[in-house]
Amino acid sequence: MTGIDGGEGGAVGGEPLLLGVRHHGPGSARAVRAALDAARPRVVLIEGPPEADALIPLAADADMRPPVALLAHAVDEPGRSAFWPLAEFSPEWVALRWALEWEVPARFIDLPATHSLAWGRDAGGDGTDGTETADPVDVRIDPLAVLAETAGYDDPERWWEDVVEHRGGGTGDVFGPFLALEEAMGALRETYGHGGHDKDLVREAYMRLQMRSAQREFGAGVAVVCGAWHVPALRRKASVAADRALLKGLPKVKADMTWVPWTHRRLSRVSGYGAGIDSPGWYGHLFAAPDRPIERWMTKVAGLLREEDRLVSSAHVIEAVRLAETLAAMRGRPLAGLGETTDAVRAVMCEGSDVPLSLVRDRLVVGDVLGEVPQGAPAVPLQRDLDRAQRRLRLKPEALERELELDLRKEIDAGRSRLLHRLRLLGVAWGEPVASRGSTGTFRETWRLRWEPELAVRVAEAGVWGTTVPAAATAKAEADAVGAPSLADVTALAERCLLAELPDALPVVMQVLADRAALDTDVGHLAQALPALVRSLRYGDVRGTDTHALTEVAEGLAERIFVGLPPACAALDADAAEEIRRHVDAVHGAVGLLGDATAAGAAAGPATDGAERGAGPLRGRWHSVLRVLCGRESVPGVIRGRAVRLLLDDGELGQEKAARLMGLVLSPGTPPADAAAWIEGFVGGGAGGGMLLVHDERLLGLVDAWLTGVPADAFTDVLPLLRRTFSAYEAGVRRTLGELVRRGPGEKAGGGPAGSGAGLPGFATDLDAARADAVLPVVRLLLGVGLDGVPGRRDADDNELAGVAR
Amino acid sequence: MSVSIEPMPVETGETTPAQALRPHAEDAFAAELAALAAQDDRPRPARWKLSPWAVATYLLGGTLPDGTVITPKYVGPRRIVEVAVTTLATDRALLLLGVPGTAKTWVSEHLAAAVSGDSTLLVQGTAGTPEEAIRYGWNYAQLLANGPSRDALVPSPVMRAMAEGMTARVEELTRIPADVQDTLITILSEKTLPIPELGQEVQAVRGFNLIATANDRDRGVNDLSSALRRRFNTVVLPLPESVEAEVDIVSRRVDQIGRSLDLPAVPEGIDEIRRVVTVFRELRDGVTADGRTKVKSPSGTLSTAEAISVVTNGLALAAHFGDGVLRAGDVAAGILGAVVRDPAADRVVWQEYLEAVVRERDGWTDFYRACREVSA
Repeated sequence: MTGIDGGEGGAVGGEPLLLGVRHHGPGSARAVRAALDAARPRVVLIEGPPEADALIPLAADADMRPPVALLAHAVDEPGRSAFWPLAEFSPEWVALRWALEWEVPARFIDLPATHSLAWGRDAGGDGTDGTETADPVDVRIDPLAVLAETAGYDDPERWWEDVVEHRGGGTGDVFGPFLALEEAMGALRETYGHGGHDKDLVREAYMRLQMRSAQREFGAGVAVVCGAWHVPALRRKASVAADRALLKGLPKVKADMTWVPWTHRRLSRVSGYGAGIDSPGWYGHLFAAPDRPIERWMTKVAGLLREEDRLVSSAHVIEAVRLAETLAAMRGRPLAGLGETTDAVRAVMCEGSDVPLSLVRDRLVVGDVLGEVPQGAPAVPLQRDLDRAQRRLRLKPEALERELELDLRKEIDAGRSRLLHRLRLLGVAWGEPVASRGSTGTFRETWRLRWEPELAVRVAEAGVWGTTVPAAATAKAEADAVGAPSLADVTALAERCLLAELPDALPVVMQVLADRAALDTDVGHLAQALPALVRSLRYGDVRGTDTHALTEVAEGLAERIFVGLPPACAALDADAAEEIRRHVDAVHGAVGLLGDATAAGAAAGPATDGAERGAGPLRGRWHSVLRVLCGRESVPGVIRGRAVRLLLDDGELGQEKAARLMGLVLSPGTPPADAAAWIEGFVGGGAGGGMLLVHDERLLGLVDAWLTGVPADAFTDVLPLLRRTFSAYEAGVRRTLGELVRRGPGEKAGGGPAGSGAGLPGFATDLDAARADAVLPVVRLLLGVGLDGVPGRRDADDNELAGVAR
Repeated sequence: MSVSIEPMPVETGETTPAQALRPHAEDAFAAELAALAAQDDRPRPARWKLSPWAVATYLLGGTLPDGTVITPKYVGPRRIVEVAVTTLATDRALLLLGVPGTAKTWVSEHLAAAVSGDSTLLVQGTAGTPEEAIRYGWNYAQLLANGPSRDALVPSPVMRAMAEGMTARVEELTRIPADVQDTLITILSEKTLPIPELGQEVQAVRGFNLIATANDRDRGVNDLSSALRRRFNTVVLPLPESVEAEVDIVSRRVDQIGRSLDLPAVPEGIDEIRRVVTVFRELRDGVTADGRTKVKSPSGTLSTAEAISVVTNGLALAAHFGDGVLRAGDVAAGILGAVVRDPAADRVVWQEYLEAVVRERDGWTDFYRACREVSA
């Protein structure tokens, strides 16, 4: 075999040259190149979908950089797709490039994607996991595992590496290893038949037919590069008629092919070439390194660690290489593999720690290589899916900017909203949500739409995430969640997932959210995250998404805030205190909503334990946290004041108690600045605080008495705070307050004793029946009972409304 | 110029291995070592009693071709032992790191016993360890009578190991003052120990190596200089892998300790032990046993050894002040003490854990209550 050179050359005796490989094996790739160089075939046949034949010339394009993948997808159903990823070190890629270099025709000879894609559909695949249905990974034997076990290895990958991938190049006979492997595979297939890969029989029949026609065309000079498992079947003599019979009546779908960019990270995914690989970066290194792979690898690792400011000297590299090689010898391996090098790097360069090691794993062993595909490659299926969605939703891409009002209760508008939200997740900024005019209902959305030409590029880029808009958005959301820098980002993402209706992404986002929330020590972050989360819960209700998991996370988050808030309020300066006050407000609102949500959930669900964890306990605990806050001296005044106010508003704290607390704070012993901060927290922020003072004259009296008692030199200090507090009030409120104060304590003392004896301060003891009656018609109107129930009042509403306003 | 040092007569005057409270590894497992040596046909580095492969087998356990069963000395990842043994074979020094109670000393003793047949060349590191403990000292009577000479020199264990091509051991390396630590640099890189007083040196014979242990929670005590650290290959010994393994270790140790303290045996205690181990593991790992929820980790170590002490303490409480049955209340206070080391940060961690994890767990109500009681 080795004696044949160039020209008419080819394999011996008209037999095609069968090169069995492991997909993505650098050793196989090197051996294939050597074998092709030696045999000089006149045509190269490669395992892969024949629809891609037309795309082969693109592989020689200057802009084509592996890793790339051949993508086949069903035309009417872009979600049904299969990938054949090719890295630089893939034997198939090497064969392809060899053929292009030597200007020898190359062909793909596997079963056409037309059929293999249709298989998935018949098997009842739902189309979303098309990548797997194309080559299902079910229970079937792993030929390598059997061989490895026979050789006494526990790990098939390691066995293959030792026997094939780590074999040094240039050991004479370039065809010997392929023959040996073929023999081994032949023995396996004799024992196991197709070993559960029943579709392989059909594929192999097709490959044999293709091989035969190539032989007719080119004579003996035919080389075939295919998975080692198929070699014995291709060698087998089978009649043309039998093969054709196998191929008869295969289901068909209209399939389309293109090249798409791929990444090393995605090479580890299961795909059209079967199982992925764990260490593409390592394999790429083995393939690219001209010699001394371990030394070069260790130098790379040292370079990476130095970039990250770790102290790694050349002596470290030397020792790591020695350790790796000795380890390999001790484990009885011909060459140090990834396991040995990793152990050596850990022990020598990383001081036994796994933390820098994970960096090495991420950046080098897997690697961040991103492939590129030339402009000429056909459009990605994501674009097609988007086109279809646009047609279905009657939403045309227009360069002109326009506003779109959506009513989410309508089917088509809900669909549009989902599409726009999903595209936003994918970074395709076609629509920008804007604040709705008029209605504030959650069922209304307003978008500003504008289609820019470069968005097409964005769509193409997003194609790496998936073949349909929902699938791509789901994948992108999951990746974003994992990489999100802060907790609030994750909650915002969760909200967007709900808006975009991506239930499949939610579990991952939720998990990340729960993890982040558990580890985040900053109560501020937690408090920031909670409102968005609770909002999501409410959206979920509107859109009928199952938000049970979300509720649990939100409750857990609330619990953590409750535990962490009191300690977080100690030793704060004014700005930090103001920030925490805002958090307290946000959490208060969120807890209220959350209480409602969980209560509703408990009422709807049959579970009884929901009831005890419903609104009551959560709010109750929040109130006890607020009580702790308002009673603690070390907590800044503004937060204490706010806590008292919130408790007062919720009716958890009587007016008496509130007045007592206020009296304590405003007593002369407290520094005026602190007291002013308390007042700001209590009545500031334009949250109806002014009305409280207007109606509760006792509180106003306390403030008034304190203010007049502030010493002159301290007054200028508290003035800015007070101004901030009171200037936020509406003009009317300010005016009323001013009048009340001008009226003075004497007036109050006059009206006070009668009023404060029985009723609330600021209110008369008895109801004013006439004024109370005046409200009734409006109440009836609101409740919708008045008109029929009280006939005499039917026409009275306008007048009475005027009366109320009086 | 180098001198050779006569092997010092081992001072066995007081005890023989049989009488010793705890015999050395090479004595306790002499039969296994002999069996391994007899059947070991792989190449051995100079002056090694066994091949690296046989040393690994000695530590990890196994069955020899003739049926001799080697008991496992270390239960843990195979990778760790392989890296440790290979390090010694490449004449690099080995640094075993780990939190207290991860069998560092145990591994180092057995490695020395298997490699050199002698685990007694030991320097115990303390804050007061002097340079003489690592280099050499003087016999002052001799020194005054005859002047500086080799006879007046008292070699350290490290010096003897160098001269005889043996494995020396340094315990608790990070407790040794930094200037004393640095005397190891020349020994480890040049493999020589100069004796300037005599104008001589001791050169390490092939086969010499050094195993150091250090507690990685104590890094701040006397952190190794980067020059010294570079001379070591580091292997971190992990905590037990599974709950079952740890419960097993804890209950066995508690049983032994309890017997020596004459505490009554408590059969029902196993549930509490499991609970303590679970709590410790979850807080240590930062994730619940089902892997669903993350929790924060407190500042304490929470090693197996601490779990043992919490349970022992709880047993004593149950025996002397309770009804003799180990209950949640007996271990709660101990757990709180072990977890909350930093009163501010750890308390938040503990309360979050209680509220988020313990409260929700079926059958843990009594434990939750007990913990709430002591935490309040």
